Amino acid sequence: MTETSETQARVARRLASRHGGEKRFKFIALVAAWIGLVFLGVLLFTVIESGHTAILQTKMLLKVTLQESDLQSNDGGDRAQAIAGANYNAVLKRTMRETFPDAKSRSDKRSMYRLVSVAAPYEIREAMLEHEDPVGKTLGIWVSASDDVDLIIKGTVPRTAPADQRHLSDKQMKWLEGHESAGGVEAKFNTTFFTSGDSREPELAGILGGAVGSLYAILVCLAISFPLGVMSAVYLECFAPKNRITEFIEVNINNLAAVPSIVFGLLGLAIFLNTFMLPRSAPLVGGMVLSLLTLPTIIIAGRAAIKSVPPSVREAALALGASPIQAVFHHVLPLAMPGILTGTIIGTAGALGETAPLLMIGMVAFIVDVPTSVTDPATVLPVQIFLWSDIPEKAFAERTSAAILVLLSFVCLLNLFAVYLRKRFETRW
Amino acid sequence: MTFDPVDHMVAEATDLEHSARIGAIMNSEPGQAKGAPDAPPKMASRNLRVHYGDKQALHDVSLDIPVNQVTAFIGPSGCGKSTYLRCLNRMNDNIDICRVDGSVTLDGREIYAKDQDVVQLRTRIGMVFQKPNPFPKSIFDNVAYGPRIHGIARDREELNGIVLGSLERAGLLEEVRDRLDAPGIGLSGGQQQRLCIARAIAVRPEVILMDEPCSALDPIATERVEELIMELKAQYTIVMVTHSMQQARRVSDRTAFFHLGNLVEHGATSEVFENPRDDRTKDYVTGRIG
Amino acid sequence: MGILIAASSVAILTTVGIVLSLIFESIQFFRQIPITDFVFGLHWSPQTAIREDQVGASGAFGAIPLLVGTLLISAIALCVSGPVGLMAAIYLGEYASARFRSIVKPVLEALAGIPTVVYGFFAAIVVAPMLRNGGEAIGLDVSSESALAAGLVMGIMTIPFVSSISDDAITAVPESLKEAALGLGSTRSEAIRNVILPAALPGIAGGLLLAASRVIGETMIVVMAAGLAAKLTVNPLDAVTTVTVQIVTLLTGDQEFDSPKTLAAFALGLMLFLVTLALNVTALRIVKAYREQYD
Repeated sequence: MTETSETQARVARRLASRHGGEKRFKFIALVAAWIGLVFLGVLLFTVIESGHTAILQTKMLLKVTLQESDLQSNDGGDRAQAIAGANYNAVLKRTMRETFPDAKSRSDKRSMYRLVSVAAPYEIREAMLEHEDPVGKTLGIWVSASDDVDLIIKGTVPRTAPADQRHLSDKQMKWLEGHESAGGVEAKFNTTFFTSGDSREPELAGILGGAVGSLYAILVCLAISFPLGVMSAVYLECFAPKNRITEFIEVNINNLAAVPSIVFGLLGLAIFLNTFMLPRSAPLVGGMVLSLLTLPTIIIAGRAAIKSVPPSVREAALALGASPIQAVFHHVLPLAMPGILTGTIIGTAGALGETAPLLMIGMVAFIVDVPTSVTDPATVLPVQIFLWSDIPEKAFAERTSAAILVLLSFVCLLNLFAVYLRKRFETRW
Repeated sequence: MTFDPVDHMVAEATDLEHSARIGAIMNSEPGQAKGAPDAPPKMASRNLRVHYGDKQALHDVSLDIPVNQVTAFIGPSGCGKSTYLRCLNRMNDNIDICRVDGSVTLDGREIYAKDQDVVQLRTRIGMVFQKPNPFPKSIFDNVAYGPRIHGIARDREELNGIVLGSLERAGLLEEVRDRLDAPGIGLSGGQQQRLCIARAIAVRPEVILMDEPCSALDPIATERVEELIMELKAQYTIVMVTHSMQQARRVSDRTAFFHLGNLVEHGATSEVFENPRDDRTKDYVTGRIG
Repeated sequence: MGILIAASSVAILTTVGIVLSLIFESIQFFRQIPITDFVFGLHWSPQTAIREDQVGASGAFGAIPLLVGTLLISAIALCVSGPVGLMAAIYLGEYASARFRSIVKPVLEALAGIPTVVYGFFAAIVVAPMLRNGGEAIGLDVSSESALAAGLVMGIMTIPFVSSISDDAITAVPESLKEAALGLGSTRSEAIRNVILPAALPGIAGGLLLAASRVIGETMIVVMAAGLAAKLTVNPLDAVTTVTVQIVTLLTGDQEFDSPKTLAAFALGLMLFLVTLALNVTALRIVKAYREQYD
């Protein structure tokens, strides 16, 4: 008995420090579990806080009168054409002088003209063309303010900031605030952001080019990788004999799943662009590269989905006289489809965010036009973000964050859809 | 102290001989076996109820475990004997949906008390599992595990002594003396189980719980472990769950029969097997139900 | 059936395509720049090698600074994601309530799904300035393109991956071992540290190797947050460049396809492919051997 009581005494001595160690260990593990949460929160907060202002674009109200003398001289020609061809630069300047009569000297006038965006003349023209008979009438047109004005009105840059941050002189501020108190300056919904392609001027820059480029690339990617992936999964899971070749294919697929994505870009550059001479910067090539990236994911998910269908389904079909191909394609595959689709959607979400391989095949140029086909030069949304993030102008900073929010929303929606699919079609055999 | 099942049987008894026998059992103190002096039970449970979520697995089990004897739990699969065993060293604490009500005492002290340290409790009550589960470490490190974490040995020499002593008491030392650094999982099934017993003994427990310790072993290994159990009871109190009635008859001093979560009958092993009082017990020990 | 077989061989074709194109272009490169200069050279500045009389100038295409830079940033990343991922997996598997798990697991999956360009943006715009300003405050000179900034963010990006693989490895350890440890009077942390983790170690190690492979091949975070100049240093506060950054730099710009700069990118790509291949194969072998132990 003394052996036991001595043992118990020694055990008792250590208990407190052991329980202390347990508490510490658990606490460290808890902190580790929280780190991911905290980071995600900080990331989202940063992006939302810097990007939410991009949803607005400051506009200035100008009362524009289009005079007969402004119109492009057009002997007996089309009235509309004459209106379209008018010198709107001059119209704008005249209107600005009328709006801000204080600006007298040449340098004053130059700095006053800079209150509006370089797009202003085109915006005036658009408004005129929409109107039935604009000549001689005074129209109130909201034109885009310059990006410096935009930042100040939205509050991103404080009005009292020093000159190197504010980029507006005191005189410009006076004119601006005068016009503002007269109700002529407002931050309105930034449709440009969602309807234009890229631009050197931030107030004209939008994500539509990148978004459409991404869409085309993803469509090409799916068109290639989905059929190939499903067929490979079917073959490997249902028909392939268990020999060295099959093993070799499987090893290959597992390997490709772990190859860095930039290597796929190099492959695309060397073979698709250089050997096949496909057009550079085209969503077609981007889609092809992405499809090679996504293929392993779809194959692996497909195999898992097919494997989870009980063999009795296939056996029953065969017993009823179906050929092996029919048994698989008419009976097994439909049951495996939810799992396959889930894997495909997750793969697509990943492809949507890919940047590096697309840089390799040239989708990194400055492209203004929104692409209209898969062979037009284009960029994709993540590359657009990458390009904008490098630009030092502050106005692009908010647009970069806003573009990130758009990209994250798409990725999030895709993943949520995949989760929904998985839950909805989860069958317990 | 009355035991519910016995009360029930007394109420049902119709013949005098039957009631006389029951009276004799009621008047004897639990834990008294074969002339042992009047000793309090090593462990005792009163009205122990166990629920897994909404399902009740044990109904009001009240049972004494006498000291320095082998008590066997028998009964068909799913009758709750393993569940009850695991209550004795609070292993059911690890299962979230398991709720334990009632009392279990060790040397008279409640083990489910709020101030009872489970870690300490398990140095007094050891456990051996159905499938031998040595750690993927050397034989020496397996046995030394308990003493090391509890700080039982003062120095390396003492630790060596504990390990070798435990291996000897488990009847394994001669077979592994020359390869203490070899991995524990390299031993045969029977040797692994004796290793697990040595491991449990190394922390110098007072009670050893065994959950079907031989069901994964071949007959020869089983025989060796059974011999070991009967040697060990001189120093430890042993509680054993077994699905083999023959084993219970061979090895145990007292037997408790469980059925559908109830403690149906218990007593000296010979009594339970030769003169079972309850019909269910009779059906089970004669093999009518299994 | 023939179509099915053809479809399956696309995977092989892709690997063959990758290997051939990398090797072919690299051979062209090594015709102009000796391979020993590349593998052992300590000086990387491809721009200065392009003057006509200097093509093949020794030392201008030395890849060592790139390797060191890559390893430095990767090491920082693994120092973050290894412990954090493992401890997070332990907490979620062993201590967390079902409710906590149901919140944190999706969050980790969300982290895994965030495009790397977003991580790069965060590293360059938030983390790097923060480190720089923080360093200034305590008197340290932290580059605005420090390896530390890129490495930290890369580490956080890899946490879900390490956590998931560690969780698998820990779950694969038979429950009976844990029960044995607890039955002997271990606290939960003792059971984890002394029994479960050693048993799960091969799986966890394999996971870390796979994470290393990912981190070495990662591009956007380093392109946006790490430096362009090939500085040979192990100081995490310095700006270094990596293999992937140089591949991007060499190929985004206007030059002819066959110029040494472009070819150098392929040589780097070949090196990257071989290194990640070696890591992946080793990792899978470790995990496979370990799984057999428990079957």
